[in-house]
Amino acid sequence: MSRRRTAVYWTGFCVLLGLLIIAPLVLPEFWRRFLTEILIWGLLAMSSDILIGYTGMVSFGHSAFFGLGIYGAAAALLSVAPPSLLLALLFGLVAAAAAAAFVAYFSTRLRDIYFAITTLIFSQIFYVIIFTWTEVTGGENGLTFSRPPLAIPGLFSVRFTPNTLHWFVLGVVVLSYLLLRRITQSPFGMVLQSIRENEARTRAIGYPVERYKMVAVMLSGLFAGLAGVLYALQNQFAAPDFVFFLVSGEVVIFNVIGGIGTLVGPIVGAAFFLLLREGLSRFFTEYYLIPVGAIFVAMVIFMPQGLLGFARRWLNE
Amino acid sequence: MSAVPTPAEALVSVDNIHTYYGKSHILHGVTLHIGAGEVVGLLGRNGVGKSTTLKTIMGLARPSQGEVRLAGRAITGLPAHKLARLGVGYVPEDRRIFRFLTVMENLRTGLDRHGVTSVRKQELLDKVFTYFPVLAERRQQPGGTLSGGEQQMLAIARAMMLEPRIILLDEPTEGLMPRMVSQIGQIIGALHRDGVAILLVEQNVPLTLEASERIYIMEKGLVRHHCTASDINVNDAAIRQYLGV
Amino acid sequence: MAAVLEILSTIPYDQILIQTVNGIVTGMILALVASGLTLIFGIMDVVNFAHGELFMLGAYVGVIVLAATGSFWLALVGATLVVALLGAALQIVTLRPLLGRDPLTTILATFGISLVLQNYALWQFGPVARKIGEPFTGQFTLFYLDYPWYRIVIALLSAAIIGALWLFLKFGTWGIWIRATTQDRVMAQAMGIPVPRVLTGVFAIGAGMAAASGVLFGPLVGVNHVMGVDWVLKAFIVVVVGGMGNLAGSIAAAIFISLLEAYASLWVSPAQAVIVSFVVLILTLLFRPTGLFVPTPK
Repeated sequence: MSRRRTAVYWTGFCVLLGLLIIAPLVLPEFWRRFLTEILIWGLLAMSSDILIGYTGMVSFGHSAFFGLGIYGAAAALLSVAPPSLLLALLFGLVAAAAAAAFVAYFSTRLRDIYFAITTLIFSQIFYVIIFTWTEVTGGENGLTFSRPPLAIPGLFSVRFTPNTLHWFVLGVVVLSYLLLRRITQSPFGMVLQSIRENEARTRAIGYPVERYKMVAVMLSGLFAGLAGVLYALQNQFAAPDFVFFLVSGEVVIFNVIGGIGTLVGPIVGAAFFLLLREGLSRFFTEYYLIPVGAIFVAMVIFMPQGLLGFARRWLNE
Repeated sequence: MSAVPTPAEALVSVDNIHTYYGKSHILHGVTLHIGAGEVVGLLGRNGVGKSTTLKTIMGLARPSQGEVRLAGRAITGLPAHKLARLGVGYVPEDRRIFRFLTVMENLRTGLDRHGVTSVRKQELLDKVFTYFPVLAERRQQPGGTLSGGEQQMLAIARAMMLEPRIILLDEPTEGLMPRMVSQIGQIIGALHRDGVAILLVEQNVPLTLEASERIYIMEKGLVRHHCTASDINVNDAAIRQYLGV
Repeated sequence: MAAVLEILSTIPYDQILIQTVNGIVTGMILALVASGLTLIFGIMDVVNFAHGELFMLGAYVGVIVLAATGSFWLALVGATLVVALLGAALQIVTLRPLLGRDPLTTILATFGISLVLQNYALWQFGPVARKIGEPFTGQFTLFYLDYPWYRIVIALLSAAIIGALWLFLKFGTWGIWIRATTQDRVMAQAMGIPVPRVLTGVFAIGAGMAAASGVLFGPLVGVNHVMGVDWVLKAFIVVVVGGMGNLAGSIAAAIFISLLEAYASLWVSPAQAVIVSFVVLILTLLFRPTGLFVPTPK
């Protein structure tokens, strides 16, 4: 990438980062919280972009990874006292990874449409298990738990304030973005994109396409689980609703609206959707999904590259 | 000897069409005309764009430039099903009959149209079964069970069901035994006698020269030579090169 | 020997028989929903996420017509026609523009449509479930229980509708057009078949079938805006297990899965009985991914 474009990109990045850091200091609590939620959903959407945008696999299974991230964190925070941030992260990621491994195994055997439907059904399997296994998961009512302190054992421990939580989430999301960006630009990422472009040819060249796909699913699932852990930290409760496949559908909407294959696009898509929902729900109350759904369909037809799609090449260099 | 019809009086006129396949520029400005009831041959080596020309006329490929007219009316870019209804029949390379439909059902895809009386339908069927008795025998069999030659006959018969003014034939003798090849030649003659125009794309030069009144020869996406079939000088070096002989 | 007899005597035969009948009844309705779905996929290569919502809207239209005319049968016919028209309109507006594109875009588009339709129903009809009255009451005795006639009638009607579909596809001009379009869309066009119209027609037929199932099923459950969601999932499982695009396969799969679930619900709660269908799906994907009832391709 040319010097000038690199400079523009990083300048933009720093400006945006700066704004996001200052935000909690100037925004009222409601909007501060809203912003943190956008970041969390953005991370979830970004994880989904690895599959949809870079590997060309549409997945409706992210609600499972996300939900298991939440429940995993909940399990850690409820079963181990004193509640530990690191354990919550660990449990959440492991739970999401297990689900991802399960899905990954099947993913490689199915193409496109079958994969999409199967991931959807898998999300529902997890949903039903969580919904009905009331003794462990709290069933319909979910679980509530308290927020752990921001701590590194042995070094320091300090309770989260709304602002520090926001910065923590921001830090995690930014690091994830940078990490994922690095990965997508690496040789591994290039192979994924080649799979998206032409799977048969990639296989013919000699790449073990199945293995790459599995790793992509695991990677995607891990970051989705991470988003789940962050969600648990922010909201301090877990419910089966998050595992329901409609959540996956919303994530896919974020991806398409924001622009697949850009990593940042999905975050923008999440912001757009959530803001739209916030705005429209003033007028349409709970029926906001009617205009939002219609806008989504219109975008699929007329603007399939999404809001940031035009910048896709640029963002990937 | 038939004179070249002027664009105004031609049944089908193709003017300077450019067609792409993805990014590949296949046709670089093809121009040709076919008069009503004429049999015109289109020769050339593999890959020069003969099939693409037929597809462009049939509305299966959209030209980026240029015009196609049917009896004076511009048909460029019209979808194939409208062209079939306007009287353009298409018999593609590798036949492409409906393998899981019976012979009769294959014929019905062309026969079941508005404004055709059942009397007329029976007449068409009788005609086709006279031309191709083997199809009458096999009428309830799925198309996929027919031999190559029989499938070719079915493909032509199917197009005839549309009562077309012109049939676009793409390499009808490819892969057929000599006996069948001459049968195809006879069918072309019979269609000609019925007043149907034919644009015949072929690799089989002798058959084409015998069946056609005029010949176009294509090379690299353009028409390079044009003459009547009787006037063609098969010893001319350039012509031999175009034909790959 | 005595031990075996003892075990045999504890099996609740009567309940099993009742569940068998239940399973077949549910299976036939599921088959009706799934066949519309597999028809749409097999012919148009479209995964219709909104199928459950068409089912749900059919039930609601049924409620309205029933309230207006008092006739269940008019409600059935009316719902089928109205939703078929709606389906045609949807296909023309949202799916035709997507014709040349990546098939995944149709999943997204139909998903968006399902959101719109679901919330539209919520908006118009509210969250409280409505009821469609059974067209006739009356039961016959099955063992010591009274089994409603209506359920048997539903199964027969569903079978009749599917049979009519099969006949329609086999004979008749439209049947030939549809089959030709499925096999070779390009040549179908070259033969003068108006392919865009055929595709719209197929979608309308699928939508109509979903609506009919909605009305038929209405009396068995409450009609509300989320009734489509469970059904669409099950229908997708059925379609994958039966072999996508395979009509006979989806019918067999629908009955098979419904029977298993009906038996399972003797021992576990209905919410957990759905796990049966998930297990069947996973096993199918592992061992016979092209479909349980489809002969393995060589």
